[in-house]
Formats: sequence, structure tokens, C-alpha cells
Amino acid sequence: MSTQIDTPTLKLSHLRVLEAEAIHIMREVAAELEKPVLLFSGGKDSIVLLRLAEKAFRPGRFPFPLMHVDTGHNFPEVIEFRDRRVAELGERLIVASVQESIDKGRVQEESGPRASRNRLQTTTLLDAIEAHGFDAAFGGARRDEERARAKERIFSFRDDFGTWDPKRQRPELWSLYNGRVARGESVRVFPLSNWTELDVWQYIAEENLEVPNIYFAHEREVFKRDGMLYATSDHMELMDGEEPFTTSVRYRTVGDMSCTGAVASTAADLDTVVGEIAATRITERGETRADDRVTEAAMEDRKVAGYF
Amino acid sequence: MSTPVTTIETSMLRIATAGSVDDGKSTLIGRLLYDSKAILADQLEQVQEASERRSGAGGLDLSLLTDGLRAEREQGITIDVAYRYFQTARRKFVLADTPGHVQYTRNMVTGASTADVAIILVDARHGVVEQTRRHTFIASLLGIPHLAVCVNKMDLVGYAEDVFDGIVREFCALARQLGVLDVQFFPISALQGDNVVDGSEAMAWYAGTPLLEHLETLSLADDPAGHDARFPVQWVIRDHDADYRGYAGTMAGGVLRPGDDVVVLPSGVRTRIAAVETFDGELDAAAAPMSVTLRLADNVDASRGDLIARAPSSDEIAPTVTRLVTADVCWMAEAPLRQGARLALKHTTASVRAVVDGLDDVVDISTLERVAAPEQLGLNDIGQVRLRVSRELAVDPYALNRTTGSFILIDEASNETVGAGMIR
Repeated sequence: MSTQIDTPTLKLSHLRVLEAEAIHIMREVAAELEKPVLLFSGGKDSIVLLRLAEKAFRPGRFPFPLMHVDTGHNFPEVIEFRDRRVAELGERLIVASVQESIDKGRVQEESGPRASRNRLQTTTLLDAIEAHGFDAAFGGARRDEERARAKERIFSFRDDFGTWDPKRQRPELWSLYNGRVARGESVRVFPLSNWTELDVWQYIAEENLEVPNIYFAHEREVFKRDGMLYATSDHMELMDGEEPFTTSVRYRTVGDMSCTGAVASTAADLDTVVGEIAATRITERGETRADDRVTEAAMEDRKVAGYF
Repeated sequence: MSTPVTTIETSMLRIATAGSVDDGKSTLIGRLLYDSKAILADQLEQVQEASERRSGAGGLDLSLLTDGLRAEREQGITIDVAYRYFQTARRKFVLADTPGHVQYTRNMVTGASTADVAIILVDARHGVVEQTRRHTFIASLLGIPHLAVCVNKMDLVGYAEDVFDGIVREFCALARQLGVLDVQFFPISALQGDNVVDGSEAMAWYAGTPLLEHLETLSLADDPAGHDARFPVQWVIRDHDADYRGYAGTMAGGVLRPGDDVVVLPSGVRTRIAAVETFDGELDAAAAPMSVTLRLADNVDASRGDLIARAPSSDEIAPTVTRLVTADVCWMAEAPLRQGARLALKHTTASVRAVVDGLDDVVDISTLERVAAPEQLGLNDIGQVRLRVSRELAVDPYALNRTTGSFILIDEASNETVGAGMIR
């Protein structure tokens, strides 16, 4: 895709404005922080981050490695995609494993049918940041996802415990970012802060980016719990009265299998997915994430504890 | 030379709102978001439940949508900026919802720094009050080119035209005093919906457009700031195999094309633009706010912190290369700013050290008068400060360019951002 130049007035779509802002943010981090890392999960937001990194740094190499916090309960289609995309880019991927954190006794596996490894990721992430000495981590989080995120800066300062203090955020003016940290502290950086879910999908369509096929409608064996559809898998225990059935679904978000729900959909290509998102009446986290449903401030609490 | 391009149109508008719950700010935002479908069913349900837990059945407190932190919901006030997004067929809107209380001035400045338009709320029953003056002053200080003054709660003054006219006259006097460029007035009732998204039957005397239509059609192309070509070098891209060297950065004003004569500042070395590149290929022009990579014709010394500007000509204003900077500073730290203070200063992509040579004045936020020679600037104070920096910077007055005319001050011990500067 090339930017249309139309004299005497240059016209720039809002996606290209957002793109320019994100590229600027990524270059600031590369220039000012010692040891950044980009978190790549294989999900749609981090797929966009990778394209933005190409736009920011090619023909040079990325000035940071990629890292995936692998819960061990991810969709196999996504892991396959992750490895293929990293190989195409010729960049380095670090895999931080929740299973290893469990084996080392750093965290304890939850039990029962509602067990999820989602919460355990925070420890694995913080351990990996410390072990590698990363002082900045790019994430694909967006402010439209959740109202605590709507309050978070683009450069989100974390102390040496990885903690976010929502009452003591650094003022963030113009495009002047303050990434100064002391040893052991870090910043989480969100280049997609001002993007919405629809912007992400429109950008994926415009850039013709490949995404894991579970984002498109496919037949899958699922069961219903709390009004959401979950894939049957070895990682999910069925409760009484839960009957698996097969139907056409797609995923709006890609996370741990134990807390990510599917939506009934027949949208099988990018255009119909964009149309579906434009017409939806429910937020992506509300429709597909069990982890945000616990309390009114579930996300704020998890972020304070070091979560993305 | 081909036709010079001096304007750029984008389909994104950044809005800042300031105010407290009492002004009806949250109701106004709620209405803009709800009527443009940016509030979805599950969010509304969440707000409904939370409203009922707090105030009993029936109430719907839309401020719970934007006041996203636990402390804000507990206290019923906006403490920090919340960002909200909505879209119509014509534009995408980024709305920075900022607090109105004087003790959160720094958060308001944060949210308003990048705004194209500020929505100022005036209660029709009270007219222009101290908070209105403060918000308008901050909007003008930050160089927000457009103000949309919403005279709210018109339903509580019988939709009376003379009440609206009186407030318009009062506000115009304030706008003249502050040198505000473009002001539009809207008689609205956020609660009833008059003149927000739809027009108003109760105010047939009002001939203008509703607020949303104004925001959708507001032209940004003629804004005076940033017409001269500016490009802070952010990152040097190298590819050793291909002997490639490109200067990556974000256009901060004007237009640059291949073949343009440019000067690298502060060194003053002249060269020519060989190519304007992106990942998607070469361009025949770049304008703000595009992120591009410039290749230069000569092998000059340029690196992060340098500014590439068009070589000065009759119709192009050159940046000032200086180690002395005079600026309006909004002070954001608990500990006051005093003469002799040493700080880190970040201006575009340049990081230098700065020492405060003197405090010229401080603005009395209630009268907007400048009081000369203050002892110090306290938290949320705004005043004119003289700084000396450790190495030359290429700067513009903030009124000409919001990027090359601004800087932040950082405490070197705590690493906190403690001040925001707008160069005079």
C-alpha cells in the first residue's frame, strides 16, 4: 500500500495518522531505552505491532527481540502462525513459559473446571523481564478495550515490582515521551493506545496482513458457559449440564483457551469480519473474556499487580 | 519546483473536554458516545448496575463510563485524563476527557496538549465563571486552534435566547483578551439532547449547526501553526550490507520533497533531500504528521536530536538556534520550581540539561493577570521562565509550531516529568 499524494492538499486517512503516531512511539523507545522487547502473542493487535515495527525500522533489523508469554494452553493454530511469522521476519523470539513457572514452583496451578492460567502469566512475564533485564516492553493493548486502560499513558511506568500506580502517572504531553527509568524499573509501551478494534481490523485489511485462521468462521466443537462459547479441549473440564455441540464460530480475541470465548459467526474473510465488528453492539472483552467479568475493577486490579 | 503544498487534511480530530460532573460534561460526552454508537450494550449494562449500586434504582450515571479508576468512582470526580473514541461517517474522533478542578490542572494540560479543538462547558445559569476563564486560558496557552463553547443546561433557563447572547458577549471579551483565534458557540441541553447531535425545536432561534456536525466539518487545513518544514531526526536507520543510511522521524511541520534544499541544525550544514522513503516505497512529498525516512544527498553529520529544516528563503521562517530559552512553564511537581534549579529537558528528540536562570512572572489563575518576579512556581502554577541549556537547540515559538516550540522538564533524581514548556 502506498500513501496517496494529492496536491495541493495532502490527504491522510485516520489509519495513516494512527500508523504515523505508532511508528513515532516505537522509534522513541528504540532510541531512549537500553533493552526493549516486543510482546508478540500471535493475536491481531501484536500482528499489527509487527507490521508497524517493519515500517519503523526496515531496512534495518528490529532493535529488540520478540517475546511470547506462553501459557501452554494456547490455540495450536496460533502457535503455528507465531513461529511462521517470526521466521518470515528473520527476527528473534523468546518464549517465556507459564509451565516452567509452575514446574519451578513460582506459581501454583489453579484447579477445578474454572481453572485458568491467565492470572499466572503475570509472574512469568515479570520473571522474564527481570531475567533478561528488559527496561521496556511493547504491548498491543488499546484504550478502547477497557476503562482502566482508557486512563493509562502510552508510556506506562512500572516500578521494580512491575506495579502500575494509576494515581501517580507521569504527565504525557504532545509527542514527548519520558522513558527514563532506574535500574529494575521499566516502561510498558502501547503504540496502539489510540486505535479501536475496528481500526485494527481495517488496518489488517488495508495492509493485507495474515492472521491466524481462528479469527475467521470455522466449525468447532464448543460448549456454553456463562453465556459464552468455549472450545472443548484437554485444558477445560466440563461441568454438569454442559453439553458440547458443533457450530460455526470465530474468535474476536486470542488468549488462553481457558478464558477466551468464541462468538457465533459466519464471517469467513476480512471484509465480512470488518463488517461484523462495525455492526457489533458488545465490546470484545465483554463478549469473549471471562477474566474481566470478576469485579467492576478487575482490569485495574490486575494491572496494578503487573499485568498488561 | 512543483506546486508547494501547505495544507494537509486528515480524517481524525482530537478533542479535549474539561469540566466536572456538575457542568454536565459527562452527560455531554455520554450523549456524543451513545448517539454515535461508541457505547456498547455491555458497557451500558455495567454502568447501569454500578449506578444502581451507588444511588438506587433508576439512575444512570454516565460519568461512570469515563471515570475508569476505582478512586474516581468512589469520589465521584475525574482525576486523570480518560481517552474515548468514536466515529461517524465523516471522521474518527479521539476525545481526551480531562478533569476540571484546579488541583488537576496538570492532567488537563496533559490531555489538551495535542487537541485540535477544545470543548468549553458553560452553565447557562452561571455564565462565565472562574473555571471557564481558567479552562479557556489553558486552551489558549496550549495553542488549541478551535474552541467550541457549549452553553449547557439551556433547558433550565427556559431556552432563552437573551441568556445565551449575554454569555456569548461575555465570553467574546475573554477570548479577545486571550487572543483565541476561532470560537463557536452552541446553546445546548446535554440532558435533553438539544443541539448536541440533533438540532433543537425548543431553540428555533438558533440558526447554527449542532455540536457534532460542527466537529465533523471543522476544517483543520487552514490552521496557522506549523507551515514551515521541520523534521526532528529521531533514529538513524542503517543497513551495512547495502551501505544504506536513512534519517527516520516524524514531520513536525510543512512539507518536504526530494530535491529540497535543507539545513541540519544546530550545525547549520546544508544538503539536499535525495529521497523521502517509507516501508511502502518512495514518496514525492511528506507532511506532518507522517513518519518517514529521509535520505540526504551528502554524507553529512546528522543524528538524533538534530532538526532538518528547509534552507531559509524569503517565505520560510528559520528556527532559532540557541542555548537560552524563554517559555511559559506549567509546573507539575509538589516541590516548587525556583531559580537555579537543574533539570533534564526534552525538546523534540533532543535531551539536554537545563538550569533556571530566572522566573519572570506567574499567572494569577483567577484574574489571568501576570504577577512579576515570583519567588517560585508551585504545583499547577503557570509562569514565564528563562532557561539556559547545555547545548544548542533549534527552536520555534510555540505559537508557530506546537512540536518544535514545546518541551518537557524532567527531575533527574526521580525521573518524573515535572514541567511542560511552551517557548515564547
